[in-house]
Amino acid sequence: MSLLELTGVAIDRGGRRVVDDVTFSAEAGTITALMGPSGTGKTTILRAIARLERIESGRIHTEGRVGFVFQFHHLFAHMTALHNVWLAPVHVLGEARAAAEGRGRGLLDALGVGHRADAFPHELSGGEAQRVAIARALAVDPSLLLMDEPTASLDPARRGELASTLRALATRGRAILVATHDTDFAHACADRVLVLDGGRVVSEGAPGKVS
Amino acid sequence: MTRRILVLIALASASLFAQQGPPRELRWGGDAEGGAPFVEADPNNPARVVGFDVEVAQLLAEGLGRTPRFIQAGFTTLDASVARGDFDVALSGIEDSAARRTRFAVTIPYYEFRELLTIREGDRERYRSLADLAGKRVGTLGATLAADLLTAAQRDHGVVPVIYEDDVHPYSDLVLGRLDAVVLDQVLAERGVRRNAGLINRPTPLAVGHYVGVLAPAQTALRDEVNDILRAAMRDGRLEAIFRKWGLWNDDQPRMYARLLQPNADAVAPTEAAAAPQPADAWTLTRRYLPALFNAALITVALSCLAMALAVAAGIAIASGRVYGAAPFRVILTAYVEVVRGTPLLLQLFVLYFGLAAIVQLPAFLAGLLGLGLNYAAYESEIYRGALEAVPRGQLDAARTLGFTERQILVLIRGPQAFRLALAPMTNDFVALLKDSSLVSVITVVELTKQTSIFAANIGSWVLPGALCAALYLVLSLPLARLAHRIEKGWRRE
Repeated sequence: MSLLELTGVAIDRGGRRVVDDVTFSAEAGTITALMGPSGTGKTTILRAIARLERIESGRIHTEGRVGFVFQFHHLFAHMTALHNVWLAPVHVLGEARAAAEGRGRGLLDALGVGHRADAFPHELSGGEAQRVAIARALAVDPSLLLMDEPTASLDPARRGELASTLRALATRGRAILVATHDTDFAHACADRVLVLDGGRVVSEGAPGKVS
Repeated sequence: MTRRILVLIALASASLFAQQGPPRELRWGGDAEGGAPFVEADPNNPARVVGFDVEVAQLLAEGLGRTPRFIQAGFTTLDASVARGDFDVALSGIEDSAARRTRFAVTIPYYEFRELLTIREGDRERYRSLADLAGKRVGTLGATLAADLLTAAQRDHGVVPVIYEDDVHPYSDLVLGRLDAVVLDQVLAERGVRRNAGLINRPTPLAVGHYVGVLAPAQTALRDEVNDILRAAMRDGRLEAIFRKWGLWNDDQPRMYARLLQPNADAVAPTEAAAAPQPADAWTLTRRYLPALFNAALITVALSCLAMALAVAAGIAIASGRVYGAAPFRVILTAYVEVVRGTPLLLQLFVLYFGLAAIVQLPAFLAGLLGLGLNYAAYESEIYRGALEAVPRGQLDAARTLGFTERQILVLIRGPQAFRLALAPMTNDFVALLKDSSLVSVITVVELTKQTSIFAANIGSWVLPGALCAALYLVLSLPLARLAHRIEKGWRRE
């Protein structure tokens, strides 16, 4: 089942076309990696899917909720890790505070940062902050999870852990779209790789089969 | 050549010695804001002043063989200015009082006046004396014999004194119905009735007082010279000519002259009012004024807290409008902020209270509250706008992807973080507002600074009242600063 479909998407910025005629889809239970050098439009495509960017032409169709884990995680600075996680379930989904908090703790535990629930964002390491950001995105139960350069602030050991975590998340009927220029990480977790250059998809296929 | 140089040196020396002689000027201080017939800018040449006090100063300067030079000073600061040597003599309808005589070298009186009760024509039968004005608002000028009369009438009859900074607005406010009566000296009362239709002066005087010149305490020799000049002018009719010219001559003056020209007559009694203040030591005076200072401090606190609450609420609304509003709305709010920040608060208070009086008659406290609150709202809004824009955009994007509405983002994420950023500048503004609240005294609100200036004018010194006033402001502002510091410290952890 296709949870994301992009058809002929074009995006302009400052009068310049930065994404041009991009077409692809993402199936439930799969991880798709958007690869390519910096400035090639990976982040812009993720932002457009999350409705943070206006598209000039084409069409973006998503099924269910979309979750976004940003490169710099952007946790709410005045709230603890746990508060960051339960805020949207309570105020957006209308869940009871106690239930949302319990589920939030469960998500933090599952991602290995349960012991940091009461820490504020500036007290977390890069890896911890990123896992809290993943828990926050997962708390609204998205069917499509977008991740922008998730390995940027991680050491190699943590990258391996993150690849396993993503695989576990993708088996539950969820599609994951990861923008990365980390080839090893893409090989470790992605089912499919799309290579972008100059805002266009120049090749796509299984990891290791595209360049 | 050498001869020419010698001549030049001789000329320079001559001019140097000439400058070292006795001062050729009689520097006299007055308040041109008091207007005609005392001292006012000449309508034909605003660079010079006219009025009977100007002519009395000329008369004194001529007698002393000097040239008169006018120096502008606020009416309530004339005593303090003459004491510190800003000018030789203060002449500006200054009233004789026992307190003034104990602290300054005071001349013999040059004019006798009566304190008159001014009312609206329609109240002719209702208000015959101060005793008929129980619970009614009666206006006067601060730090005058009339103000002392009203303080006594407040105690004896329950009259509500309203203290003005000038002698023009009490009469216009009486016409508008903001006041039920005005008590001031006859010179001002007659001018007030002339300028405002529908007002009358009660003929029975409430008290009798005198205008005098005031010199620094050490200037007794100059004071005695001035007294001789005044007596001579009383004898030869020059003083009479001045007051006739200004339409102020009456039968009270020759009677006073006769008393003053008797052998061994140094002066007349400073005032015949019942409320004449008696000289007292600093401690007695302080105890007498402390309750009034505390009451005034309460008014300062109430006004500042309410004005700050208004400033914060309006500031948040303006900042939100400028960050989130549509373009035309943003233009209007920006114009408001620029106009308010670009014009003096004092002017805004005048416009609110006096300028709009024909359309809406705001009570003084409310006008002060609105003036301060809406002025500070402009500054607050800039702080909040900056703070809102300082919250990282990434957090706002993150909130949008989680499904929050823009309103929820403002209330739950952007607002709380912006508030923390704004707290320190807000505290500074609150302390500034606390001090700026003293400006509302121009629209008759007697707050801490105004009460202090009345205290200082009455005792003729700023040292003790100034120290007490400063101590009270510190007591009010220091806990605020500490509270804000503690909140900030608590938040820093986050």
